[in-house]
Amino acid sequence: MEFLGPILFLLLVVVLVGIALNTTVLGRGMAMPLRQMLKKPSTSQYPEQPRPVTPRFHGRHQLNRYDDGLEKCIGCELCAWACPADAIYVQGANNTLEARWSPGERYAEDYQINYSRCILCGLCIEACPTRALTMTHDYEFSSDTRRGLVYTKDMLLAPAPEGAPDTPHRDKDVRERGHNYYGGKAVSPPGLHGGDHLPATARTMSRASQVLPMAPESEADWGDAPGREED
Amino acid sequence: MTDTVTLTIDGKEITVPKGTLLIRAAEQLGTIIPRFCDHPLLDPVGACRQCIVEVEGQRKPMTACTTEAADGWVVNTHLTSDVARTAQEGQLEFLLINHPLDCPMCDKGGECPLQDQAMAHGNHHSRFVDEKRKYDKPVAVSAQVLLDRERCVLCARCTRFSDQVSGDPFIELFERGALEQVAIYEDEPYESYFSGNVIQICPVGALTSTSYRFKARPFDLRSTPSVCDGCSAGCSQTVQARRGQVERQLARTNMAVNEMWNCDKGRFGYGHLTADTRLTSPLVRSDDDGEEPVAADWATALTRVRSILAPDGEVVPTAVLSGGRLPDEDAYVAGKFARTVLGTDDVDFRTRFAPASEGDALAALAGRDTATYDDVEQAGVVLTVGLDPEEEVPILYLRLRKAWRNTKARLVSVGASSGSLAELLWRRLPTDVGAEAAVLDDLARALDRDGDDADQSSPMVAEVADALGSVDRPVVLVGERAGDGALAAAGRLADALGGKVAWVPRRSNARGALDQGLAAGLLPGLRRHDDDTQRAEVAAAWGLDELPTRGRDLHEILTLAGKGKIKVLYLLGVDLVRDVADQRLVDKALRRATVITHDIVANATTAHADVVLPVTASQERAGTRTNWEGRRQQFRPGVAGPQLVQHDWEILVQVTGMLGHDLGFTDLDGIRADMAALAPIDTTPDWPAAADRSDTAAAADDGDDTLTADVYPLLLDNGVHQVNAPDLAATAHDPHLRLHPDDAAPLGVSDGDEVTVTGGKAELTLPVRVTPDQAAGTVFVPANSTAPDQVDNPRHLGDRVTVAAVASGSATADQPVEVNA
Repeated sequence: MEFLGPILFLLLVVVLVGIALNTTVLGRGMAMPLRQMLKKPSTSQYPEQPRPVTPRFHGRHQLNRYDDGLEKCIGCELCAWACPADAIYVQGANNTLEARWSPGERYAEDYQINYSRCILCGLCIEACPTRALTMTHDYEFSSDTRRGLVYTKDMLLAPAPEGAPDTPHRDKDVRERGHNYYGGKAVSPPGLHGGDHLPATARTMSRASQVLPMAPESEADWGDAPGREED
Repeated sequence: MTDTVTLTIDGKEITVPKGTLLIRAAEQLGTIIPRFCDHPLLDPVGACRQCIVEVEGQRKPMTACTTEAADGWVVNTHLTSDVARTAQEGQLEFLLINHPLDCPMCDKGGECPLQDQAMAHGNHHSRFVDEKRKYDKPVAVSAQVLLDRERCVLCARCTRFSDQVSGDPFIELFERGALEQVAIYEDEPYESYFSGNVIQICPVGALTSTSYRFKARPFDLRSTPSVCDGCSAGCSQTVQARRGQVERQLARTNMAVNEMWNCDKGRFGYGHLTADTRLTSPLVRSDDDGEEPVAADWATALTRVRSILAPDGEVVPTAVLSGGRLPDEDAYVAGKFARTVLGTDDVDFRTRFAPASEGDALAALAGRDTATYDDVEQAGVVLTVGLDPEEEVPILYLRLRKAWRNTKARLVSVGASSGSLAELLWRRLPTDVGAEAAVLDDLARALDRDGDDADQSSPMVAEVADALGSVDRPVVLVGERAGDGALAAAGRLADALGGKVAWVPRRSNARGALDQGLAAGLLPGLRRHDDDTQRAEVAAAWGLDELPTRGRDLHEILTLAGKGKIKVLYLLGVDLVRDVADQRLVDKALRRATVITHDIVANATTAHADVVLPVTASQERAGTRTNWEGRRQQFRPGVAGPQLVQHDWEILVQVTGMLGHDLGFTDLDGIRADMAALAPIDTTPDWPAAADRSDTAAAADDGDDTLTADVYPLLLDNGVHQVNAPDLAATAHDPHLRLHPDDAAPLGVSDGDEVTVTGGKAELTLPVRVTPDQAAGTVFVPANSTAPDQVDNPRHLGDRVTVAAVASGSATADQPVEVNA
């Protein structure tokens, strides 16, 4: 039974040390490294091995294109309007018959996001009427200059899809593709939107003849409008 | 019968004058009934049906914009009535059936009444499942106005404006039913000086502006209230800028002046602010002459100015010509600078050769209670003298037209021509160019005689005199082109009638220059140089013992400069080469004298100058401007302007400092305080007496085959406002001559024929319009016109010109022409 004394003593020491580690500040501080020594290391190997982000991560913006290379952005400035940080600058301009950047009349001549202001909230994405603006998973865009944080249109614009020409396109080529860019019924064929506006007097102003047919007369006129055929 | 009615709107009682529309009565209660077609300055039409309200006891809901309030009515708007609310929601759904939802592309997006209404009162879902009506997107109804018919809700605001306000009904509603659309006539372009207003009043994005197309959104723009500097109308406007650059200008409501309108020149004429030819740094000509002046820094330029003005420490004889565009403050500073620093009274704000008597007449005018827009509208009879209001002061034309349309005002024109006012005239008293005074004196005499011996004057004069006598406060408007004695004669006539007179100059602040004494013999605050007490007052205020002796006018200044008696011409925004009638005189003066000029945009005169100092434009500065009524309006800067430009007064203060003087102020408040010390005195000088005209009347009809040239610029010419504004310039009316049929017949020319005018050393060929509106014996020639291959300046034609038809062969040069053997 003479063992009992040292065992009880050791037990008492362990209990006291345990209490000390759990209740005193010093003890809790020392307990953490002790515990960590027993765990598997969890060091993130960034930047060698960046970890995947969640699917809906709000990263750097991107200006998307249609499959044929036309830009989806129409320069409407709704993103700039929605932006709570006033980080977006858009300058719209007029598509012409010779140079067409987007379907419709309007395109973004200049598009800039200032990432020293942007809070990556994504309200701009919600505002975009053409899904031109989306957010990527890229978050590596720090800079040591203010200017380096201002992303211009060429930096934000997605590359043209394979085989598709870069913008601008000629209006004639776009029309020949016969694409319906917006889907749905209430959409005019792309070629009729925008372009150089001819003086009204130079056109036939016999009024009724200018009303377009309510249904496509031929494929060449309207192209394959998916929205129309589905209905 | 009382003149008021009492009714209840949404449970609140209100008493309004009889004839008040329900929509106006509701506004007085703070209830805004949704509307698209209703506009307070246009006749009610009830086209959009959006303002439907419920009136108790009436069979059906009614449109508030066409229904006059009646006594005892109980009206319920969308706020209190389900019937009204459902009707409005239904109507909005109808409007949106064919209205494309391309708001993101549309320039109106963000400031669109339809968009706002749909957000506030509309249903969020459309029940319409079919295809929308489609048209070509946009068609250009003019170079300046684009029409997108898909967006049109057929409110007829634009067509009513054109018909009722501007009187250019080129734009109309065509077709019926679903295909009804706004369009222009096939063979008549929409040629209006007021087309920009239809863009501003369009409640949807159907009419948009070419120059503002896709430039900005409302939230991008910084708006500054301003006053237009295009002419002496003094329209209130809003300057809207994005990133320090003016993107558009809108008419700002000022019911006393421009109501809710402005002209295209005021609206679209801002391209010169950013033009390539804009002067952005001082230019100095190197000492060896002949080269173009080259860019220099301000220190160099100002040092050069000092060495020109005072080569040996003494100021050399200098004249200051200011051109009538300087704001009041700058005009005052220029006057004080000339008289205290340069020690000369040789100042003139005019770019035309004024008759010697004009100074007295202007001084008499400045002290008087002159006519206002309101007086013009209420007058009943308005006499215009030597004035083409649409080309010279377009907003005055709109007011004259309003008086003509609403109050059946009788408009009478005295002079060689009155331009488009001719269509509205009740009587026309044609005179030779500059001979208006004689007719005005005849009118005064006819009034005196009271019809006793009417045989002395022509029946027309007697008739006009009767009309003038039949109203309480007739108005006489005298243009700056009116000849010798016309202003004084008009003043005497107006006094005799108990009516009002006004002097209507073209340049934006000619009236302000007059008030600030920027002409020889005149001094600030309506003081006269030849009045010893008044002269002493000014001298005392300026710390001088004695003001310089009375100076000379433009003609004499240029003559003396050509002779080398005046060494330096200090120009403040004057293009002598373009504007002054005598080419020889100007050439000589510019060659002989050293020229210092302040200007905004490079021109023919800056090319001759030794020092060119770049100044801020109206949109880039603060100041005060006095319009033709004498109404003073302050304006503020909308944009900063190029970095190196300065205000006119800033430069003058610096030059004063360089010459070792002190004007006593260094900022605008200081100038205003200084001006206040010389506040206008209470004086009403008499009009100069009528001159004896018996010999001149005979001399005018000398029996030869020459005509008198009636030279003045059209509204849209080659002036500064059309620089770098291609869309505006494209809407300029085709330059043309005008001839009376009696003068055209001997020449064998008819409308549209090319005619050559020769006079002095100038010759020019333009198509002619044959019209009885042009007085016989005169020919209208557009100055500074946009005619492409016009080499000679029409200003240089001189008074008497010969007119000849262009041989028909030369017009078709590529075809073989048989030579007359």
